[in-house]
Amino acid sequence: MRKGPSWFNVTSLVLGFAFLYLPIVLLVIYSFNESRLVTVWGGFSTKWYVELLSNQQLLDAAWVTVRVAFFSATLATVLGTLAAIVLARSGRFAGRTLFSGMVYAPLVMPEVILGLSLLLLFVAIDQARGFWTIMIAHTTFAMCYVAVVVQSRLAGFDRALEEAAQDLGCPPLRTFFSVTLPIILPGVIAGWMLAFTLSLDDLVIASFTTGPEATTLPMKIYSQVRLGVTPEINAVCTILVGLVTVIVITASIVTKRQEVLKERDMRLAEAQA
Amino acid sequence: MAKKPIGPIRRDFAPWDDPQARPYIEFRNVTKKFGDFTAVDNLSLKIYEREFFALLGGSGCGKTTMMRMLAGFETPNAGEIFLDGQNLAGVPPHRRPVNMMFQSYALFPHMSVEANVAFGLKQEGMPKAEIAGRVEEMLSLVKLQDFAKRKPHQLSGGQRQRVALARSLAKKPKVLLLDEPLGALDRKLREETQFELTDLQQDLGMTFVIVTHDQEEAMTMADRIAVMDKGRIVQIATPSEIYEVPNSRFVADFIGDINLMECKVTARDGEMTKLHAPLFDCAIEVAQPVEAGIGDTVWFAIRPEKVRISFDEPEGPANRLSGEVWDIGYLGDVSIYHTHIAAEETVRATVANRSRTVERPMSWEDKVWLSWDRDAGVVLTQ
Repeated sequence: MRKGPSWFNVTSLVLGFAFLYLPIVLLVIYSFNESRLVTVWGGFSTKWYVELLSNQQLLDAAWVTVRVAFFSATLATVLGTLAAIVLARSGRFAGRTLFSGMVYAPLVMPEVILGLSLLLLFVAIDQARGFWTIMIAHTTFAMCYVAVVVQSRLAGFDRALEEAAQDLGCPPLRTFFSVTLPIILPGVIAGWMLAFTLSLDDLVIASFTTGPEATTLPMKIYSQVRLGVTPEINAVCTILVGLVTVIVITASIVTKRQEVLKERDMRLAEAQA
Repeated sequence: MAKKPIGPIRRDFAPWDDPQARPYIEFRNVTKKFGDFTAVDNLSLKIYEREFFALLGGSGCGKTTMMRMLAGFETPNAGEIFLDGQNLAGVPPHRRPVNMMFQSYALFPHMSVEANVAFGLKQEGMPKAEIAGRVEEMLSLVKLQDFAKRKPHQLSGGQRQRVALARSLAKKPKVLLLDEPLGALDRKLREETQFELTDLQQDLGMTFVIVTHDQEEAMTMADRIAVMDKGRIVQIATPSEIYEVPNSRFVADFIGDINLMECKVTARDGEMTKLHAPLFDCAIEVAQPVEAGIGDTVWFAIRPEKVRISFDEPEGPANRLSGEVWDIGYLGDVSIYHTHIAAEETVRATVANRSRTVERPMSWEDKVWLSWDRDAGVVLTQ
């Protein structure tokens, strides 16, 4: 029996990761390029990051994006959590299949269609397009992702906990806030982060539903790239990649640590008994 | 907690025999259906104040549904439930003066032991200082004072069970419902806790309703037991009545070990009934009047520990069988002798192992006599 992985496995792994991450690595490397030409290496420099700070247009776009992502993620989390609770709890009710189908439809709906239909709606009701229309559009499609994440968390939820709370004199609504919500909170937070990320990098739907005064970062980057790629864009993207990486790694370390601590506690408790 | 003898205090406690006594909990013709399945079938039941009442039955017999209807988690399809004279229909769970200890304990995982116990008191709006005092009192009751700051996952199974108990007792409810409370504990801990629970119920003067499938648990703790089957109550009686005078083959078979013989009534003479068991070719005399005619088929039931086993031929023409020892089950404290009678019939007799010798006087394939007294068995007509 051979112990190590075979050559075939190693090669597949390297090729797979290269395919996924080489472009991002290149992007990060060229953000530190001295030269204005994206494809020619002209030495190490951080000047594009400095220049970025004075690019008011890009900074404005970033600020719009963050605000849209924050509000739409929050709203989507509230609505998605409610939908998940209904789907996980209410058992069978008239129209359940239709309801769950409609909640999950945006998962598989092409973004172009989603964006176009929302645009038509906003035009039909004569709604001026801008920040709020993007936010509403992002909420509608991010909501279903939140619903999926929260529903999976609710699947492992012991309903006896809610019954116990009510049995001890806690009215249903207060039970939700003092027992249910704290327990499903990790799922809710994960849903929020997913919704935030989805909104952050959406280009298609935002392009359809935006107006003249609201340009998100992906839209700004895309329009600038059409005029030619500048290392400035590379710098913005590197910052974004760095931000996302830090968030994801922190989140997974915290979760892992909690699990390890919990397991240790449980073993300790059983040993002492 | 100081141990008190249970017997003497409870000796005169029998409100169910008093026609004047007012039931504390009453089920009146309650039916509960889940789709096509009838979980509880037109059931009436009275439970009295300070009683320790057990609902006993196999899974799916409706015992848990009864408890959940009392707590308010299920609504009956028909019938009414009264608590202390008040009709509970339409009263939501959080307004019912009953507390429940859940089978899974249902401890709030995000709260410390302390906060779990205090949860119900906070809902009442009890002042903080008073809550702290009550929590301490409850935790010392279940001997968990040192664990107040821990989270549920930092406790062992037995400790979690104690927290669940403390939490359900904290509000000092008039009625405590216990859903298979000792199911998850190992045998030793379970036995200890059984006695602690009975003591606790005595001291606090509460009404306890326990749901269990474990007959031993019901027998040790309860004042009365309701044996349930398929949504109906088969028999309600004290543990000793249930064991010694079961009213049907179901109860006799469900509680403990028993020998059942199909018989024909041959004679009825006042307090004495004579039977004949054709499969055993055995004449049986029972000191019990029977509501059955001559020639009717009835069942004679006798517990293995009431059957004597010997080499010597017993006196008298009735209540004796001869057979051959076919199998011996050694259980430590007792041995069970499976004795083949006639063709394929077996009668079990239990003998206490009074000495430590491994050699038993009776061994496989020995010819033996089985006999019993006239008042040792019961005749079942159902």
